[in-house]
Amino acid sequence: MFEICADPKLLEGITWLGCYLTSGKHLDFYMSFLTVLALLAVTAPAAMVMGFCGAMAVRSQSLPLRLLGKAYSGMVRGVPDIVFFLFFVIALDQGFEYFKSRFVCEDLSAPVYQGLEFHVCDAAKVPLATASPLAYQIYGFSLAVLTFAIVFGAFVTHVIYGAMQAVPRAQLETAEAYGMSQRQVFRRILVPQMWTYALPGLTNLWMVLIKATPLLFLLSVKDIVYFARELGGTKTSAYAYPHPDWRIFYFLVLLVFYLVMTKLSEIVLGKLSARLSKGQATAAGEIQRRAAV
Amino acid sequence: MKKLLLATALLGLTVGFASAEGNVVRLATEGAYPPFNLIDDKGEVGGFERFFGDEVCKRAGLECTWSVNEWDSIIPNLQSGNYDVIIAAMSITDERKEVIDFTQEYSPATPSRYVGLTADADCAKGVVAVQVSTIQSAYVATTGATLLEFPSGDETMAAVNNGEAACVFADADYLRPFVDESAGKLVYVADPVVVGGGVGLGLRKSDTELKAKLDAAITSMKEDGTLNAMIKEHLGPESLTF
Repeated sequence: MFEICADPKLLEGITWLGCYLTSGKHLDFYMSFLTVLALLAVTAPAAMVMGFCGAMAVRSQSLPLRLLGKAYSGMVRGVPDIVFFLFFVIALDQGFEYFKSRFVCEDLSAPVYQGLEFHVCDAAKVPLATASPLAYQIYGFSLAVLTFAIVFGAFVTHVIYGAMQAVPRAQLETAEAYGMSQRQVFRRILVPQMWTYALPGLTNLWMVLIKATPLLFLLSVKDIVYFARELGGTKTSAYAYPHPDWRIFYFLVLLVFYLVMTKLSEIVLGKLSARLSKGQATAAGEIQRRAAV
Repeated sequence: MKKLLLATALLGLTVGFASAEGNVVRLATEGAYPPFNLIDDKGEVGGFERFFGDEVCKRAGLECTWSVNEWDSIIPNLQSGNYDVIIAAMSITDERKEVIDFTQEYSPATPSRYVGLTADADCAKGVVAVQVSTIQSAYVATTGATLLEFPSGDETMAAVNNGEAACVFADADYLRPFVDESAGKLVYVADPVVVGGGVGLGLRKSDTELKAKLDAAITSMKEDGTLNAMIKEHLGPESLTF
């Protein structure tokens, strides 16, 4: 990056370290923190939407929708994440390419599956072989968001469904007595009231999600854990900056990052929880009420 | 969710239509097996296979791009068409030949070696660290030793250094720099063992045309001696040549 770093073998002490920490690979490492934060920022709302739709499906009056919701939440929660990230993603990728091949390929006579191999014409590849590495990164990232949303959406479904069932029946009955329709009861009472019951479960999922990002590397998206392992490993003179096993230092940096993330989440979620408990007919709401008197 | 799906699909399509159609071959490597392949300090693919791969592509008249894939899923992703060639120090074995095809060897059948902290480390009955799904892991499973598998080579070295395993068993070319630069901490144990065939480029079985092109390029590199020179330069002067 800097001119002084042109020949790392001549460097010593602090200059060596300075050059080492600003090498292209380290800059990628610093960028990967942003990748992880971006992933969390996109995935969390997507999983919430997924979970909300799932919970509505599970509660639905229509039997097929109910079965669909239950099957989704039951099956996805039962499959180990790593299996999901290995096979589901390959299937998803092939699904996109198959879909695209029906429109862009001229010759559709060849079977898509030939033994263990999956074949579509070059024009149907997603992204195309000619695409830039950045396009591959973005595509991998999008697949990751989609997969995370589906996996965590299933857990959110269960949490939100449980929370909806926990809202005291008396509150809903009161709303009905005021002449609200079922839709109005759902929108005005059930949804606003259920958050206080859903929050502890959602908090848990958020924490798990923060730590689930190493799965990204299965999709060729390099996350912070991949870089920590890669940069920290013993480097022989095949590399410009040889060094012994330094993984502990890199993982200490990750430890600090994760602890900071956890602490920040705790503060925000604690405030949210206090706000949601206000006036609720729960133990937390009761404590607040007494403290205020 | 729907929007997300749509956005992903659109992204895929725009990426697809935006770029020109060309004869691009995608190469995939592990990027964690120096001196064969590694991610250099600029964050790019480097090592012997980088130089070799670029030269093969040049001679075969192919435009090649590099990608990095984890060792464990490197074969499934080839079959799924995410890239076209595996160039990751992969030894040619009968088991792998059942699912993918290989070009001719571009690195001879180099011996594998045991390395431990002391010359009398128990590699025959003790705990031996190997990388998962390698010819070495298959070999150790047939000996009386306790097999300890890791996803990458680097972790096998760490296991020996911190005493978790008595020995590591890997390609001699991979181990040599670690032993030479350990200032006597790591030593070879027992004699070298030849466990598998040479290293070839992995391809889908249906890509016969590509295979012929690559084979021709490797043959020409063998004939004019560039391959041997490359092996000497990047894998070390002690490495076997053709």
